[in-house]
Amino acid sequence: MKMSRSARIALTLYGVLAIFFLYLPIISVGFASVSKARYLTFPIKRYATKWYGKAIESSTVQDLLWTSLSVALLVTVISMVVGFFGALAFARYQWRFRGVFQKLILLPIFFPQAVLGLALLLWFNALGIIPSWKTAVVAHLVWISPIATLIIAIRAYGFDPSLEEAARDMGASTWTVMKEITGPLLWPGVVSAGLFAFLLSWGNFPLSLFTTGADSTLPEWLYAKMVSGYSPLVPSVGILSIVTSIVLLLFGVIVMWLIRARSETLSAR
Amino acid sequence: MERQDQRIGLLSALPMGVVLLISFLAPMLVIAVFSVMPQKVFSLLHIPDFSSYKLVFTQGYIKSVLWSFGMAMASTVVLFVICWPLAFGMAKVFKGFGIFITIAVVVTLFVSENIRLFGWVLTLMKGGLIEGHLRAWTGLTFEGVLYNTPVIVFGLVYAYFPFMLFPLIQGIAMVPDDARQAAADLGATRRQIFFEVDLPLSAPGIVIGSLLSFVLAAGAMAESKLLGGQTVIVIADEIETAFTYGQNWPLGSALSIILILVIGALSIFGINRVNLDLIMGGRRT
Repeated sequence: MKMSRSARIALTLYGVLAIFFLYLPIISVGFASVSKARYLTFPIKRYATKWYGKAIESSTVQDLLWTSLSVALLVTVISMVVGFFGALAFARYQWRFRGVFQKLILLPIFFPQAVLGLALLLWFNALGIIPSWKTAVVAHLVWISPIATLIIAIRAYGFDPSLEEAARDMGASTWTVMKEITGPLLWPGVVSAGLFAFLLSWGNFPLSLFTTGADSTLPEWLYAKMVSGYSPLVPSVGILSIVTSIVLLLFGVIVMWLIRARSETLSAR
Repeated sequence: MERQDQRIGLLSALPMGVVLLISFLAPMLVIAVFSVMPQKVFSLLHIPDFSSYKLVFTQGYIKSVLWSFGMAMASTVVLFVICWPLAFGMAKVFKGFGIFITIAVVVTLFVSENIRLFGWVLTLMKGGLIEGHLRAWTGLTFEGVLYNTPVIVFGLVYAYFPFMLFPLIQGIAMVPDDARQAAADLGATRRQIFFEVDLPLSAPGIVIGSLLSFVLAAGAMAESKLLGGQTVIVIADEIETAFTYGQNWPLGSALSIILILVIGALSIFGINRVNLDLIMGGRRT
């Protein structure tokens, strides 16, 4: 069924409009971050980058960065490992409780994150654990490791099980098969899952809110300042956090591209 | 080979299973037990009296529950309407441009929700990006559009846009072009094709998309706090207040349990309706 030219153009315009709307608030924050005035009003009369300087010098912001970074890195590594095996159980092997497992993994993703965070706080309290950034890692994992699993599972669905069977028939042990066949085949999925895990953890607010105890992550601090006691540092710290994500994203895309280029030269040989 | 699959499957599920057991199922159990404890206790070693649930139903907390679900429902409907044309374009019409949109939408997901909503405050407030420039250029002005219910729904629509869009794209991609073509050849109108071919055949995507956006919106808090000011207190807000200022953990737990029950029932219903292997791109069923 052919679509008329005008309908096609209208749809494309609609797409452009949607993207514009998605980015409009980020543009506003960008403008606000370079406004010189302490109390912001648009249109901005004088531009200055002094808030960036102040943000980078501030020891509070540095602490926030370290906390966010530590949480995100730990979450990334653990999600990659858990997600790798989880994806095999999700997509690759036919085992008895696969259906239950698939559904159980989806449940945390559907749950309200603030409630998940609170439930974890009560649980830590019952166990006698004092919340800190380490407990926030556990909280992030509940939500992020299922997502990592799903991302790797998409890759696991696409690969040919006979490759593993062939290796096994030729006498390879389960461990060798994992290391030589399954691992390399799923590797691109694992890398993109790791990238997702880092970025989602870096920007997450509702899970951190109740589970970081005395520590605070960047999004938590931003929220606290937005709701009460506004600081002119908010827009610049926000933009710094976004820039970090984008740099990481570009880095991840380059890594993915290198992996693909390498596997192509390998298979061409 | 069969036995091997059974064993390795179970072993590979173990790490994820442990994570879910100690950090999802156990906390849910704790919150359920807390919800039946007497008021304002901080340990689980008391005799249950279910007083929190009585409070929930007598102290007007139901209003917050209804507000949350009402706004979640409204935003889901709006999301469906605005996402459908775009999802259709991305699944069936656009080529390179579709990939561009996908990347552009995914990137916004990595920007903390707070920052994006704060951006909307800056955009919409009096003296903000829109009103400020309008006044500077034309002299016209309007009162701020913030701090009311519609703007909260707008915030929910904005925040959960990707969660409706991507499942819808998956769903629409599952509608075979031949089916649409055949219906058109047999004289079906556009309306009929939409209602009798597109909608039923893309149902799995619609179910997942609507479910995700409803559930996330029902448990959301930042939208009503940042954009809505204090006009509406949503359920997640009440839960937070009960735990922090109120220092009443059992009440907060009871409110959480009500939210969890509704959301859990909906999720399980929805997840059971769709074939996960098929949606994720698997070949075997």
